[in-house]
Amino acid sequence: MTAPPATPPPRRAAPWPLKSILVYLVLTTGAMIFCVPLFWCASAALKDMQSVFRIPVEWIPREWHTENFKNAWTVLPFPIFVVNTLIVTCFAVVGQVVSASLVAYGFARFNFPGKRILFVLVLSTMLLPAQVTMIPVFIIWQKLGLVDTFAPLTIPAYLGGGAFTIFLLRQFYLTIPRELDEAAMIDGCSYFGIWRHIILPLSRPALITVLLFAFMANWDDFMSPLIYLHSQEKLTVSIGLRLFQDQYGQTNLPLLMAASVLHITPVVIIFLIGQRYFIKGIVMTGLKG
Amino acid sequence: MRTSRFWQRPAFWGFLFISPWLVGYLLFTLGPMLGSLGLSFCRYDLANLKAVGADNYVRLFTKDPLFWKALWNTATYTLFAVPLGLTGSLLLAVLLNHKVRGLALYRTLYYIPSLVPAVATALLWNWVFNANFGILNNSLRSAGIAHPPAWLQDPNWALPAFIIMSLWGIGGGRMIIFLAGLQGISDSYYEAAELDGAGAWSKFRHVTLPMLTPMIFFNMVLGIVGSFQVFTTAYIMTGGGPANATLFYVLYLFRQAFEEFRMGYASAMAWVLFVILLAFTGIQFWQAKRWVHYEGELR
Repeated sequence: MTAPPATPPPRRAAPWPLKSILVYLVLTTGAMIFCVPLFWCASAALKDMQSVFRIPVEWIPREWHTENFKNAWTVLPFPIFVVNTLIVTCFAVVGQVVSASLVAYGFARFNFPGKRILFVLVLSTMLLPAQVTMIPVFIIWQKLGLVDTFAPLTIPAYLGGGAFTIFLLRQFYLTIPRELDEAAMIDGCSYFGIWRHIILPLSRPALITVLLFAFMANWDDFMSPLIYLHSQEKLTVSIGLRLFQDQYGQTNLPLLMAASVLHITPVVIIFLIGQRYFIKGIVMTGLKG
Repeated sequence: MRTSRFWQRPAFWGFLFISPWLVGYLLFTLGPMLGSLGLSFCRYDLANLKAVGADNYVRLFTKDPLFWKALWNTATYTLFAVPLGLTGSLLLAVLLNHKVRGLALYRTLYYIPSLVPAVATALLWNWVFNANFGILNNSLRSAGIAHPPAWLQDPNWALPAFIIMSLWGIGGGRMIIFLAGLQGISDSYYEAAELDGAGAWSKFRHVTLPMLTPMIFFNMVLGIVGSFQVFTTAYIMTGGGPANATLFYVLYLFRQAFEEFRMGYASAMAWVLFVILLAFTGIQFWQAKRWVHYEGELR
């Protein structure tokens, strides 16, 4: 036998340097343009009322008025808004993750009549405009006397946790080998025990992903708190920020921008820390949707 | 087969595990959906309930110019924001897939705008678009345009301003999905195309695009549903003005329900929106067979 001629693996054409330079140029210019509004926001938050309107824009403020942040923190009950947002977010996130994880386990591991249809139903709620359920749901909470409490913002999270969360966790559970379940079963583990001792510990990355998304969604949420929360001591940050605008929007722009920075920073930090979980989660829903 | 008691059957446990969702679906989705359908045939201000037949729908379609205005604004916005956004995300993903160094940094920089909470986005862009002091008009003036538009104060430019603002988010989830799709295309397809003498454009047109159609479809369906529900930014930035130029559908619906307390009327609006989106989504799924290419059993 003659050895087959050692052909080198086919190589892609060598990159055209001009093209690479062009790509970097476009990407860098684009990235700079995309960051400009945020950069402007951060710099406006450090200015006083005179320098903020100066043209041309002083991108790096000459004097740093860091007291804007202190004022933003105290002029409205901003700490209370933050605490409220954290309470709502924590309760909702825990409910979403726990209940979605149970539901996803049910869909991933059991056969029952109507399962396919029910799962399609779960997915279809992703496309359902919230407005078509919003009004009767509001009426229910109003009749229960729970408007202006955190109940409408947290309790529903315990009932399923949302289509996106269920879908993401189910996809992940399908990748956990069934042999593990069976082995545990032989050892006398109940179905609930399998969820608790096999599925949950093995799905930590997926749970973290879901947790981060749930946090973002709750931190960002505007319409539900707008509908349900009315008294000032119960408002969340997103609603509180609007109060800022009404009271200081025209008169104290640096203060408003400082408050905005306080609203934006937590999500950016959490994204930077959990970036790979985010990317994985998005990819998982997008490629298998 | 051994017969077992019902609580020993897997089917029972399956139902048990999905029961939180099942209860939630009945209580917070299906029930309220039927409720709002019923309400749409009534007049209800949280105190008095009165059946009025199809009155709400008749009024919507024949006597409410603002309904048509809101529908028109929202449709126009969707018509521009969704295709432009999809194209932008796709182009960005193609650029980032160019084996660039520092991919993670670029990806983060482009992703961050889509992370900014809607309220903060609105407050920020309010000032970007400010006619006198905004950074947009500043740049336009220094680029030689002496009289740039007043954007949010000009009925002709307010809606375009919202479309421009929506493009700030092209680096978000959609782009990440496209990028992952691009990275999943095997090099062998490109090599085969090269052997056939395909140039860069032709490779993009006949390899990249067909392979990305499932992601384009996914992003398009969700994009249309999302852009029909624009609310927060309009509520904060313009309140629907000037001259109702940015009165989006959900903003009008929200006002009817929670400012005028016309719950029946707003429910009728919600159902009209639901039917419109159902039709759009249905058409897209039906058309998908013609252009969406699924590889293998990926579904």
